Amino acid sequence: MFLWFHKLGSPKIFYRLAQRLTPWLGGITAVLLVVGLYWGLVVAPTDYEQGDSYRIIFVHVPAAWLSMFVYMIMAVSGAIVLIWRMKVTEAIMRASAPLGAWFTFLALVTGSLWGKPMWGTYWVWDARLTSELILLFLYLGFIALQNAIEDRRTAARAGAILALVGVVNIPIIHYSVEWWSTLHQGPTVSKLDTPSISLSMLAPLLVMAVAFTLYYVTVALMRARCEIIDAESNSSWVRELARQREH
Amino acid sequence: MGHAFLAILKRDLTLALRHRSEMANPLVFFLVVVSLFPMALGPEQETLTQVAPGILWVAALLAATLAMDGMFRSDFEDGSLEQLLLSPHPPSVLVLAKILAHWLTTGLPLIVIAPLLALFLHLPGQALPVLLGTLALGTPVLSMVGAIGVALTVGLRRGGLLLTLLVLPLYVPVLIFAAGAVDNAAAGFPVAGQLYFLAALLVLSVTLAPLATAASLRISLG
Repeated sequence: MFLWFHKLGSPKIFYRLAQRLTPWLGGITAVLLVVGLYWGLVVAPTDYEQGDSYRIIFVHVPAAWLSMFVYMIMAVSGAIVLIWRMKVTEAIMRASAPLGAWFTFLALVTGSLWGKPMWGTYWVWDARLTSELILLFLYLGFIALQNAIEDRRTAARAGAILALVGVVNIPIIHYSVEWWSTLHQGPTVSKLDTPSISLSMLAPLLVMAVAFTLYYVTVALMRARCEIIDAESNSSWVRELARQREH
Repeated sequence: MGHAFLAILKRDLTLALRHRSEMANPLVFFLVVVSLFPMALGPEQETLTQVAPGILWVAALLAATLAMDGMFRSDFEDGSLEQLLLSPHPPSVLVLAKILAHWLTTGLPLIVIAPLLALFLHLPGQALPVLLGTLALGTPVLSMVGAIGVALTVGLRRGGLLLTLLVLPLYVPVLIFAAGAVDNAAAGFPVAGQLYFLAALLVLSVTLAPLATAASLRISLG
């Protein structure tokens, strides 16, 4: 029953599978991105309150979702790394960190750009923005730890613990920040809550969310392949691969 | 097991007492950082009263973090940390003893010196007991969470700065509740909610952090 799981744990098989999947996933990502952007930026109706500036949510909201989703992936891979010591999940975890950090950064930048016309300032210590900022710090700490430890496997296992500690802390941080910001400045405008979003805006948003997720999967697989080939550079199948490239 | 716990506690406390000058460093740091603020913000009493809770807590947090780096270092260098993990006792209990000893020698002095610094910043008198209470509940949490970061970076040559990057974001809840409580106390509002949250964080970290620290030490020692 767990044979497929076991097989996928082999770096060689995972590498081949990822290699075969990448062009398909990349193609679907590109199509969905074009459709989602056109639908969101051109077809979707203008908001009666916020005008056209609301359209940034078609980038902002998927980026924010992905920033949290990627951390969850890292924590789950971290647990697998600590329990089963699978090399493939080590590669996935390490490959995901910079992507998650960029999604977080993108969510912060688009959030503050949206904040300029809405709140009149680029930065407000709003609960969600603050939580995102701390999430970015967590990602940067993870990346710094990965760069500091020379041995790849030690780095992966240390990172796994850090990701798990972070995932226990994220809800605590989130709720403490939320509680702090309501005390300091009263409830601020929350983006999606005000009127529940209409279907004509929700549909392109979901398309964009799927596109972002597939983008993450595609690039994470590509980066994981680089990790694997680097880690396995002494094994026979990688040498075989290199020999084939030469001819 | 209890015997081993006490033995390590006693050993670490003795070691710390023999190096008294090292114990003083975080205290002096705390003192210097807090005294920098009036020079930067100006000596007006109202301004200082207003920002005192935040400054005191941020400075205490930084002092605790900088002191953290030495928690396992000398034991790592002379190999006794390895012996500790090889012993038949559960490593998380032994690690808890080390963290407790470290807190007693670096966290507790911060609490003792805090009233003086509160005086420097004109913190209202009714907020002082709350400040001491939040420090008593909050600094052990910092030690517990920090120990995980120390354990992950102990094998690295320049782990100090990296350690602060790893643990400071995790300190956010403690900072929010503790500084918020002192702020409320200074303004005459109730503080029970924040103190309960701090106590909950303390219980959570005492339960989970030693396990994570022990696992991290095993990874760092290979």
